[in-house]
Amino acid sequence: MKANCWYGIQDVRVDEVPDPKILNPRDAIVRITSTAVCGSDLHLYDGYIPTMVSGDILGHEFMGEVVEVGPGVKNLRVGDRVVVPFPIACGACYFCEREEFSLCENSNPNAWMAEKMFGHSAAGIFGYSHLTGGYAGGQAEYARVPFADVGPFKIENGLDDEQVLFLSDILPTGWMAAENAEIEPGDTVAVWGAGPVGQFAMMSARVLGAGRIIAIDRFPERLAMARRNAGAETIDYEEVHVLEALSEMTAGRGPDSCIDAVGMEAHSHGMQYGYDKVKQLMKLETERPIALREAILAVRSGGTVSVPGVYGGLADKLPLGAFMNKALTLKTGQTHVHRYMRPLLERIERGEIDPTAIITHRMSLDDAPRAYDMFLHKEEGCVKCVLKT
Amino acid sequence: MRHGACVAVEPGWRANAVTRRFVETSLAGNPMETTQATRPDASLIGDQRPPRSDGPVPRASPPPSAMRRTQMERSNQALVSALGWFSIGLGLAQLVAPRAVSRVSGADPHPMLMRAVGLRELACGVGLLSGRAPEEFLWARVAGDAMDLAMLGTTLARRGTHAGAIASTTAVAGVMALDVYAANSVRRQGLPDETSRDRTVYVEKTLAVNRPPQECYAMWRQFENFPRFMAFLDSVTPTSETRSHWVARAPGGAKIEWDAEITNDQPGRLIAWRSVDEADVQHAGVVRFEPGREGRGTWVRVEIQYLPPGGVIGATLARMTNQAPAEAIEEDIRRFKRLVETGEVPTIEGQPHGRRSLFYGLLRKGRA
Repeated sequence: MKANCWYGIQDVRVDEVPDPKILNPRDAIVRITSTAVCGSDLHLYDGYIPTMVSGDILGHEFMGEVVEVGPGVKNLRVGDRVVVPFPIACGACYFCEREEFSLCENSNPNAWMAEKMFGHSAAGIFGYSHLTGGYAGGQAEYARVPFADVGPFKIENGLDDEQVLFLSDILPTGWMAAENAEIEPGDTVAVWGAGPVGQFAMMSARVLGAGRIIAIDRFPERLAMARRNAGAETIDYEEVHVLEALSEMTAGRGPDSCIDAVGMEAHSHGMQYGYDKVKQLMKLETERPIALREAILAVRSGGTVSVPGVYGGLADKLPLGAFMNKALTLKTGQTHVHRYMRPLLERIERGEIDPTAIITHRMSLDDAPRAYDMFLHKEEGCVKCVLKT
Repeated sequence: MRHGACVAVEPGWRANAVTRRFVETSLAGNPMETTQATRPDASLIGDQRPPRSDGPVPRASPPPSAMRRTQMERSNQALVSALGWFSIGLGLAQLVAPRAVSRVSGADPHPMLMRAVGLRELACGVGLLSGRAPEEFLWARVAGDAMDLAMLGTTLARRGTHAGAIASTTAVAGVMALDVYAANSVRRQGLPDETSRDRTVYVEKTLAVNRPPQECYAMWRQFENFPRFMAFLDSVTPTSETRSHWVARAPGGAKIEWDAEITNDQPGRLIAWRSVDEADVQHAGVVRFEPGREGRGTWVRVEIQYLPPGGVIGATLARMTNQAPAEAIEEDIRRFKRLVETGEVPTIEGQPHGRRSLFYGLLRKGRA
C-alpha cells in the first residue's frame, strides 16, 4: 500500500510499504477513504517531538471502511464506515472506565519510554512518535486499528467524509478545549491560534454560550475565518500588543477564559521569540511557550486557561507567579475523543457546527509532502488540508 | 540485583530485609540449608511478614536515609562500571598499540612493559565489571595508578618537561583520585545487590490492576499463561497439580529448562513458587493479590528473584548486552496487567513501516 512516511526534519515521502495485518484479537483493518494533516503533525515534521524514527507512517486523523476484523471485535463488520479516534483506548482500564480515554494505561506499548519523560504514560496515538506507542498512522491506504471494539465510530447516516472526518481529532479537541475553559454564559473567551483547533474551539465556545470571542493570530485569512465562523473579534499580533489590546477590550479585567491553541512552536517577535528560538535550537528547552505565557498573563484573576496546544517536554520562563497569585485554573490534556464523537455528530446533524467550514484544500494522498510544506508555510491560505486516497 | 522499591506504586512497601536475605541465601545454595525441612522456601517471603488483614494495612515508609543510601549505591555502581570500562579501553589500547600509547602519553617506549600494564588494566576492568569484590579491584587500580605515576616520574626526571608526560601525569593523578574516592565510597556505602557476591536478581513491583483479585489470581495460577507476559519464557508446562516445567531463553540465545513447584497457594490472595532443589536455575517468586483501595480492582504485588543463568559469564554478558533483568521483569508485570484487563498485550511488532535507519534498532533495544 501507499503510506506517507517520516524520514527526517521536513522530509516526508509517500512510499510503497507492506499492507497492515491483524496482530491482536481486538484489531481491525480499515481501508482509508479520507485523512488529514493536523497542526500537531507539523511538530513531527519540524522534528520537535522526540523518538520519531525514519520510516514511521504518519497521520492520526482518518476514516474509512472496515475490511477485516479480529476475532475479538464483535461490534464491527466488514463494510462498516468508521471514523477512528486518534488516541487508542482499551476501554477496560481505570482511565477508560472514567471516560478519560486519552489517558488509557494499556494502549502504549512503549509506556516505559513515556514514563521516563512524563512520570506516567498516556494513551498510544496513531502515527505520533514512539513515545506514544510507535503505531503506524493513517496517512496511508490502510491502517491497523487496535482495540477496534472501543475506538472506531460507525457513521450510518450517509453524511459525507468531510462532514465527519474531523470527529477523529480536531473537532473534539476544539470542543474539549472550550469545555475545559469553563465558559459561563456571556463570558469573554480569548483564543490564541486561529488554526483548525482554534477555529473549532471558537465555534464550540459560541455553542457553549460565550458572549465574546477574541481570536489572536497573524494570518488575515485565518482571522477572517474566525470572524465568519464564530463571530469572533480579532487581534493581529503583528499589528498590536496582545496584552494591551485584550486589557483594553475587557475594560482592564482580562478575558474570563484563555485558550492556547498554538502549542510548542509559537511565533512572535522581539526579544522573547529570539530567546525561545535560541534555547530551542540549543536543546535547552523543547517548547516556545509564548502563547501560554501570554494566556496566563492576560486571563482575568480567578480565570481559566485551557491548553489544547501540544507540548512535548520542558518550557522556560512560565509566569508561575501570575498563575499562583491570580488563582488561575489550568486545564489541558490530549482529547478524550471517544467521549465526544456521538454528541458532536448529533450537533453536526443538527447543523450547529459545520466542520467543512475550515477546509481550504483537498488533495490526493500522493501529494502529502506538498500538503505538509504548504500547511507549514501557510501558503495559499492553507488552514486545513484533506487527503483522499 | 534489587530493584523496584522506588518505582513501585507505593514506595513504602519493601520486603522484610531479614526474610529477603533468608531467601537469597537459600537460592544461593547455602550448604547449611540443604533439606526441604529446614530450608525456607519462597512462600516464607509471605509467611514471615507481618500478618495482613483483608483491608488496607498502613505501612511504614523506609527512612529517608535508606532512600538516600540506595541512590548512593546506584551512583557508586555507575562509577565502578565507568572505571571498569575505562580500564578495559585503556588496557586494550596498551595491548594492541603499545608504541602509540607510549608516544601519546610521553612514557618511555617499552612495548613489553606497556603490554604488561595493559594486561593489568584489563584484569582490573573485567574484575570491576564482573561485580565481584569491587572494592579489592578498585584498590588494585589505585596501586596500578601509583605504579604508573612512578614510571611517569622517572620519565619526567630524565627527559625534563615533556608536554605529553606532564599531561599524562596530571591525568593519572586525576584518575587515581577518582579510584580512591570510588574505593572509599564502596567501602562506606556498598553497592546495590546487582554486584553483590551472589548476583541474585531481586525485583519487587506493585501495579494496580482494574480487575478483581480472583480474576488476577486465576490468570496467574495458569502457569502456562506466563510466556504470554514474561518475555524471557518460551513455555511453561504444568506437569502436576503443583509442578511445572519451564523453558526460557538465556542471554545469547541458549535454551535453559528447569522444574518449579508451587509452595504456597491461597486462591484469590497469593501464589508462591520456586525452582525445585535439583534444578540448575534458581528462581522463586511470590505474587499477592490485594483488594485495591476503595474496593477498586487489585493491587498486584510481585516479588521475583533468580540467579541469572550462565553464572558470572552469563551475568556479565547480560550486563554488556544491556539486558537489565529488573526492567525486563517490570515490563513482564505490566504485560500481565494488560493481559488481564484487555485480554491481549498491545504491540506494534509486525506492523508496516517505511525504510528504517540504524537508530530504530537502538530505540527498540531500550527494553525487550
